[in-house]
Amino acid sequence: MIPERHVNAALLVGLVAVPMWALAADEPYTITLATRAVILALAAVGLNIALGIGGLVSLGHAAFFGIGGYAMGILAFHAQTFTPLDFGAFSVAGTKSMPVIWLAALVLSALAALVIGLLSLRTSGVYFIMITLAFGQMFYYFTISWSTYGGEDGMSIYVRNSFPGLDTLVPVQFFGICLILLCLVLFLNARLVRSRFGLALNAARQVSVRVETVGLDPTRLKLLAFVISGAVTGLAGALFADLNRFVSPAMFSWQFSGEIMVLVILGGVGRIFGPVVGAVVFVTLEHVLGGLTDFWHIYLGVILLLIVLFAQGGIIGLLCGRRVHHD
Amino acid sequence: MSAILIVEQVLNGLQVGIMLFLTAAGLTLIFGVMGLINLAHGSLYMIGAFAAAAVAGATGSFLLALVAALAAAAVAGAVVEMVVIRRLYASDHLDQVLATFALILIFSEGTRWVFGSFPMYLEIPEYLSGPVTLPGGIQYPLYRLMLICVGLAVALGLWFLIERTRIGIQIRAGENDREMIAALGVDISRLYTLVFALGAALAGLAGALVGAIQSVQVGMGEPVLILAFVIIVIGGIGSIRGAFIGALLVGLTDTLGGIFLPAMFKLFMAPASATSVGSSLASMAIYILMSLVLVWKPTGLFGVRG
Repeated sequence: MIPERHVNAALLVGLVAVPMWALAADEPYTITLATRAVILALAAVGLNIALGIGGLVSLGHAAFFGIGGYAMGILAFHAQTFTPLDFGAFSVAGTKSMPVIWLAALVLSALAALVIGLLSLRTSGVYFIMITLAFGQMFYYFTISWSTYGGEDGMSIYVRNSFPGLDTLVPVQFFGICLILLCLVLFLNARLVRSRFGLALNAARQVSVRVETVGLDPTRLKLLAFVISGAVTGLAGALFADLNRFVSPAMFSWQFSGEIMVLVILGGVGRIFGPVVGAVVFVTLEHVLGGLTDFWHIYLGVILLLIVLFAQGGIIGLLCGRRVHHD
Repeated sequence: MSAILIVEQVLNGLQVGIMLFLTAAGLTLIFGVMGLINLAHGSLYMIGAFAAAAVAGATGSFLLALVAALAAAAVAGAVVEMVVIRRLYASDHLDQVLATFALILIFSEGTRWVFGSFPMYLEIPEYLSGPVTLPGGIQYPLYRLMLICVGLAVALGLWFLIERTRIGIQIRAGENDREMIAALGVDISRLYTLVFALGAALAGLAGALVGAIQSVQVGMGEPVLILAFVIIVIGGIGSIRGAFIGALLVGLTDTLGGIFLPAMFKLFMAPASATSVGSSLASMAIYILMSLVLVWKPTGLFGVRG
């Protein structure tokens, strides 16, 4: 068995080395693929906070991903058409600045997670799964009928948003931004797991009643985890929209909620780097198998089924041995 | 807004609701008896529709097509239960979600592989097409009326099966205490396969019946699956009566909301924005209904389980 930190370190080295190689070999498409993997990893890291530590099986995280995406889409749309964003009583100018967009994505998806969490956490188990799924669908259908911002067709943003001091249109510079954000969130995630809040949350997942008897409120712990989780996935949504320069209701689709859950499981639930491993493997499979056959989802389905039935703990579990907790 | 329009839309809502009930009934039965959350239920709906379209295309008989839909979905359900689902009863819900999500990928892409990406069409037979005149002079499509009747008949049959037959007693006992009925000599794994196949057959039947008024295509099952989830959350997971009431509520809310909400907003808003606000709200109406029910009763209208 390999120590988990070696796997994590190798992964980080690979995430830097592969795009560097691609840069040297002049293969911009590989850099785009790596950026896609990093952004999907960020979305899955967000889900892993709710799922892995909090034990909240949310099948509606596409809602936050989509909200982040539309936060970017709407702000950039108003900036590129030079129209203010009208709220009736007051109006806001659009923006092409990434940090402002990220802030909007974080705040809006956190707010949505707060509302959805407040309602959904009244229930547990299967009800929770179905309700989060239904809330995701609610946003999906809402954006489809929201004709101001493209409705079913979505909308294109012609130029990638800007970051002070960098040229985001250069693939490797945008990749760098995404990777640094991912590392930052992973670091905060590792801190969070060791914090008082993280420990209490971990306990609340395992034995809710005991946490209650020591005077903590498990529902509030889980709600906070859900909000943080939604905000991180929302940030990933804003980056994803910037990668494609396009937002559409598909970002809200429940298949996407399923897919990020697959990333978490593929890598290993509750492991800090699990979602990153999952995303890298997923994007690689998508690229390799997708090039071989139009029906690569069949193979993905079979792999997933085998992992669930025979290899619990995901890829990190296979490499490092079955330990639910990271070291 | 005439009375005829209202009656027509109520009938449409009932028709949509009754067909959703067929899908939701299987889902809630499977959860109630086996404690399994089955995302692949929509795939069984799709399999029914494709089997019906293929058989109707080959033989020209609508009745044979329905039989084929029932049989194909039941067989697919039984096979999936024996190969995959059986290993998941003891697992937590997360594993069930993932494994059945994997099954959706396999079923959807497999169907695309066999039948191609283009939609197939299932024709309404001659003897069921055309309108009928209802009392009061309302013209309504015969086929949709037939859907309501078939759905009600199946609901009645299901009630009879569960409340009045020996197998129904075993199913109800299985919901309450699986160890006990296994100890009493009931072959529990055969019972589970049977329940799963029954649920699958109901979904397949719904797929075939609805397939004749919509197109038959890959991915047709997932929107229905999600509506079925909303229904059983509203009705209470595991309760067939709840699924019935929930299905009618969802069918009526969705259909009537789409027509009346835009009209209602026109009373006090400019027509263009009324249409857009009204239709956005209408598309969210059933989810708003669900959250209201949930705030009021977290385990659904007829639910007992948490």
